[in-house]
Amino acid sequence: MTDQVKVLTSRWGDNRAHEIDHFGELDGYASLDAAFEKSPEDLVQLVKDAGLRGRGGAGFPTGMKWGFLAKGTGKPTYLVVNADESEPGTFKDMELLERDPHALVEGVIVSSYAIGCRNAFIYLRGECGWPGRRLQAAIDAAYDKGLLGRDIKGSGFDLDVVLHRGAGAYICGEETALLSSLEGQRGQPKLRPPFPAVEGLYRAPTTVNNVETVATVPWIIRKGVDWFRSMGSEKSPGPKLFSVSGDVVNPGNFEFPLGVPAREVILGAAGGLRDGKTLKAWTPGGSSTPMLTADHLDTPMDFEGITAAGSLLGTAAVMVFSEDVCMVRACLNFTEFYAHESCGKCTPCREGTDWMRKILGRLETGQGRPDDMDTLKDICDSIFGRSFCALGDGATSPVVSALKFFRDEFDEHVSGGGCPFPGARVTVAAH
Amino acid sequence: MPLSDQTLTRAEELIARYPQPRSALLPILFLLQAEDGYVSPAGVAQAAQLLGLTKAEVGAVATFYTMFRRRPVGKYLVSVCKTLPCQLRGSRDISEAMVRRLDVPLGGTDESGMVTVEEVECLAACDGAPVVQVNTENYERLSEEEALELLEALLRDEVPPPTFAADGSVTEPSTAALHWRLAGLGDPPAAYGGTSAAAPEAPGDAGPAPDPGDRS
Repeated sequence: MTDQVKVLTSRWGDNRAHEIDHFGELDGYASLDAAFEKSPEDLVQLVKDAGLRGRGGAGFPTGMKWGFLAKGTGKPTYLVVNADESEPGTFKDMELLERDPHALVEGVIVSSYAIGCRNAFIYLRGECGWPGRRLQAAIDAAYDKGLLGRDIKGSGFDLDVVLHRGAGAYICGEETALLSSLEGQRGQPKLRPPFPAVEGLYRAPTTVNNVETVATVPWIIRKGVDWFRSMGSEKSPGPKLFSVSGDVVNPGNFEFPLGVPAREVILGAAGGLRDGKTLKAWTPGGSSTPMLTADHLDTPMDFEGITAAGSLLGTAAVMVFSEDVCMVRACLNFTEFYAHESCGKCTPCREGTDWMRKILGRLETGQGRPDDMDTLKDICDSIFGRSFCALGDGATSPVVSALKFFRDEFDEHVSGGGCPFPGARVTVAAH
Repeated sequence: MPLSDQTLTRAEELIARYPQPRSALLPILFLLQAEDGYVSPAGVAQAAQLLGLTKAEVGAVATFYTMFRRRPVGKYLVSVCKTLPCQLRGSRDISEAMVRRLDVPLGGTDESGMVTVEEVECLAACDGAPVVQVNTENYERLSEEEALELLEALLRDEVPPPTFAADGSVTEPSTAALHWRLAGLGDPPAAYGGTSAAAPEAPGDAGPAPDPGDRS
């Protein structure tokens, strides 16, 4: 039995945590003094030693990412916080900003100090009103208290933070697309290399870090490497937010050490399947990660464990589907998402997602053909590894995994002349 | 020009916020949308002039993002999430009931110009499924009946309190107010239903406008 932990969620039960004075009473901003006593280089080393890995999906080691930042370029160094949380099923960063917005501001200050950034940007989805209000109020309060601006707490360190709102584009969660968008361009990914650490925002050295990643840094500074590594595994240490949604009794965010068995997240914390249903499939990290089944419930939810099971930890967004969920319809819903969100830059993703959408739509409405499943696989093969960014790869995940575990259901849609599940009309787009 | 002289100074403020002026393009498009209700051809021209870009460059950006609109929206923008966790809990029933009630297609605005209903992709609040937003404030776990009651209230020009502010302390009073806030200018002016003391004065009260052509 793995107990839930209270690190990033430690202040979530306190409905005044967003007020800066009260945040201070809860040890908020306590990491600043500890950070300013150290050199920036020591802080980068500390984060490397802690083994913190990015919480936005890819799991790249944060300290190493910071270490790659080009030095001596004569250009400023930028920290850009990725708060464009849009992966279907993911809602951890928004709840963190709603309940504990200063936790991010604190993280931005110490992270900026560590990498030598004087102008930080937070790129927040435009569609999320409440997190936006809370975060802007937190930034304004931090300026009023002298925690942002010139000579923060007498350290000689200056930092300005700008909250920049997105305008509705999932692709802007991809870091090079996000930077393009922040520069006032269409949000389309760029070829890497050069990586943002060398040529990022305004072609200057830039690190793009997820909200949860940045909010974790103050805890490492305050409590140390050993404490951080007391949670999780050697390669995936620390606490992690898991967003659980779909057919569970108690959807929500739950904080566990990385490596918690999926069973304890889905059947334990989230209360199991609603209405006494049985578990059919679940995603470990959003719609872009291949679905797993009830056979995988004992998989440890860390980067290595989920990869070994044939999927990816992604954003740790666990969407749970009961026996009542039609897999063709689920794939159609996700594929509509990818077809809509494909930025159009590269052909495999732009054309492939649209063809997949059409084929899944005709399967669901009884117009499917016996060779449609092979065609779907073929299209996925043509997208995966052949598109410009990870959006294309992600678009193939639901379809490839559904065909792997639930091929019979696809065949039934053809042989039976339509969807065998009730309520077929519900998710076939009306537009 | 779409932006009044008074608002133009706020656009200049946005430009000064960034190391490079072009970064202010998305905020300025939101500001234009606040004034005009959508990104109009005249607005595109003004943004281009402000930032030293071509109209084609601005248009290419404006058409990329779903939140920039090419025709006016209602005072209340109702966005119903259509992604799977919400659909598993009835969001399609809600959007269908709403468009039936308004007698418009998805994305359409009712005759009075009060409410626009659209379906959108994942809103990052899946534990609150089905999620309905009014001007980006969340109304979570609504039944179809509750969603229709919300719609009726909006048609009467009333905004019920969203889920996170049951005391009614937080609402976004209009799409104009929303777009003003998204531009990054804080609380919207009274003219948009906001409470900001920094509200723009009525047109004509403003001092001399900066010449947009002066930007180097």
